[in-house]
Amino acid sequence: MKQEYTITVYTENQIGLVNRIAIIFSRRKINIESLNISLTESQNVHRFTIVVMETEDVVKKLCKQIEKQVEVLKAYYNTNDEIVWQEMGLFKVPADIIAAKVPVERLLREYGAKAVVIRNDYIVFETTGHREEIEKLIKALEPFGLIEFVRSARIAIIKNSKGFHDKLKEFEKSEPAEELIENEFLNQQEEVFSM
Amino acid sequence: MQTLELTEEKLTPKSTKNISGSVAVLEALIAENVKTIFGYPGGAIMPIYDALYDYNDKLEHILVRHEQGSTHAAQGFARTSGKVGVVFATSGPGATNLVTGLADAMIDSTPLVCITGQVFAHLLGTDAFQETDVINITTPVTKWNYQVTDATEIPHVLAKAFYIAKTGRPGPVLIDITKNAQLQKFDYNGYTKCNHIRSYRPKPIVRKEYIQQAAQLINAAKKPFVIFGQGVILGKAEKEFIQFIEKGGIPAAWTIMGMSAIPTTHPLGVGMLGMHGNYAPNVLTNECDVLIAIGMRFDDRVTGRLDKYAKQAQIIHLDIDPAEIDKNVKTTIPVWGDCKETLPILTQLIEKKNHNAWLQQFRELEKKETEKVIYNELNPKDGTITMGEVIKNINELTNGDAIIVTDVGQHQMVACRYAKMNYSKSNVTSGGLGTMGFGLPAAIGAKYGDPKRTVIAIIGDGGIQMTIQELGTIMQFNINVKILILNNQFLGMVRQWQQLFHEKRYSFVNITSPNFVQVAKGYGIAGNSINKREDLYNALQTMLQHNGSYLLEIMVGKENNVFPMVPQGKGVAEIVLTKEEI
Repeated sequence: MKQEYTITVYTENQIGLVNRIAIIFSRRKINIESLNISLTESQNVHRFTIVVMETEDVVKKLCKQIEKQVEVLKAYYNTNDEIVWQEMGLFKVPADIIAAKVPVERLLREYGAKAVVIRNDYIVFETTGHREEIEKLIKALEPFGLIEFVRSARIAIIKNSKGFHDKLKEFEKSEPAEELIENEFLNQQEEVFSM
Repeated sequence: MQTLELTEEKLTPKSTKNISGSVAVLEALIAENVKTIFGYPGGAIMPIYDALYDYNDKLEHILVRHEQGSTHAAQGFARTSGKVGVVFATSGPGATNLVTGLADAMIDSTPLVCITGQVFAHLLGTDAFQETDVINITTPVTKWNYQVTDATEIPHVLAKAFYIAKTGRPGPVLIDITKNAQLQKFDYNGYTKCNHIRSYRPKPIVRKEYIQQAAQLINAAKKPFVIFGQGVILGKAEKEFIQFIEKGGIPAAWTIMGMSAIPTTHPLGVGMLGMHGNYAPNVLTNECDVLIAIGMRFDDRVTGRLDKYAKQAQIIHLDIDPAEIDKNVKTTIPVWGDCKETLPILTQLIEKKNHNAWLQQFRELEKKETEKVIYNELNPKDGTITMGEVIKNINELTNGDAIIVTDVGQHQMVACRYAKMNYSKSNVTSGGLGTMGFGLPAAIGAKYGDPKRTVIAIIGDGGIQMTIQELGTIMQFNINVKILILNNQFLGMVRQWQQLFHEKRYSFVNITSPNFVQVAKGYGIAGNSINKREDLYNALQTMLQHNGSYLLEIMVGKENNVFPMVPQGKGVAEIVLTKEEI
């Protein structure tokens, strides 16, 4: 069954790597719903957060292909239950309407939106949350003359991750690591095999 | 004088020399023990070629006639030598011409380091003369690629390139070097080979518990069956592999890329897998109880329809590339690792056995295949020459000691079905990509990779015309390859499919050929063309005994088909022996 998966990829900082990773998806005609690249807690390690709608089987294979890339340290995939995630929306609305109409203010408060810029002609609000919440606010603001809207890519923290410091040390050792084969699939294998 | 020089050298703690990026490239090649380069010069790589002028005594450069040929030659070299093939090409069209060879090397896991020139760094992105975005064009067809814009990067980038190309699952690497970096002088501290990249794990750690589980499965098996691929050859694990199958008494079939890892006459060898492989291994794939896949990737040409593939069997998959496990066929026991390391452990854990009754089942089906296909193919009484009898005659003349390079198509299938091979790395062919035009340039490289052995390039009348210009390379460098054209006046494999699956609508498969013997003569290569059975043996003998390269064209049956065949969309057990069965 297809569902939303968040793929977290730890990588070296290398020009062209985003292309190398992106083509793993495009080659299989899989749409990337969202892509964010950021720093991590470990120096010089970058983190890709990629959201796709796919089956677990496909996502598992994608992760193996991603991990195969020379500059990729590790790729994980998680369902939405296993992560804490946020996206951000920025909304530009006409200032006069906001000032004149009380419900708008209430609405914004309800969604936890904060004003980032206040000008005579327009106000820019930001809100963070899950995609659906942000999208609801678009709908709610549309009648009041929403001028411009933009949403960020998803960023996500894996709930049971211990961070990458220790893993990185392991990678820096020159002997082959357990890393590549440490995954939930191995545990399943234990069940499959019962001799 | 001499003492003075010595003291001077001692005074410098670490001898730094001021050299150009181009010289650094060549120094890197020498440090990596490269002797042969296949290449073609051009504007953006001129500084490297200029430096090469002074390295004539240390590095041999083979000037090909088209950059595609340089990659295939380097592939042929890598396949027969087990070393990394090296290619030089210029920017723009030179680099784009490498793409087919890179894709071929990528899918067949061949280690290459290709160095391309690039326009000056300040011109990147300006649509400069002969500028192409080579890095992005080649990203999907390289294991790794990198653009150098500063000469100081060259030593460590090349060290990385060689390390990545040859370790783990090998593959092609492309290094694009801008012209300014080639010209730039810098302080060179010598070359250090790379042996670790923190984000790159060439081989996964060997996990003994899985090997133990695999051994248990094998020991309990009544009908174990080994299928193996090029991984055995790439891992240089031929001996370990033979010890494994011999101790377990397990019948073993090869993929086209795995061919020659064991002698083709090995008593446990049961032939080739795949669409045009042998009957027994295909049929019995769906009857074995434990299927042991070693260094192979379950290509669709091997598995046929996946939902009808070995469903009854428990599957053990040994591979160095974790991404191959479960990619196409769901594994019961995965054994990650280099088979050079995993196989000895597995051999130790399995019981010494023989499975004679089971092996006999293979031999029975083999008889059936011989009766319906092989005998007639190898011993036709009348009519035109068959491809099979050509191969049979070669076997007799070379006794299986030659390196057989094939192109792509019917002749390739027939050669791989019938050729006798005694030594590993005897089979050079384009397996995964099916690149027509591969054969001739690959044969050139194969000869450089293993100069002592006879190299026979078996090529169809279609494929030869795709890279026929490499006859020029053979002429110029006096390369002793035997070129055998099996001419059926058709693009035979496509014609066969059109006959079998498209109501004989022969759409653009008629191909006319030049007078190959005269073409060869134009290149100063001796040749002959025959169409009669009685001339076959002698003509082949003349070719093989000829001192130097030789081209022999053999006119073969126009509408002969390759059988057996697993029709597309069918399961492996639905393999047919004759066209009437389709």
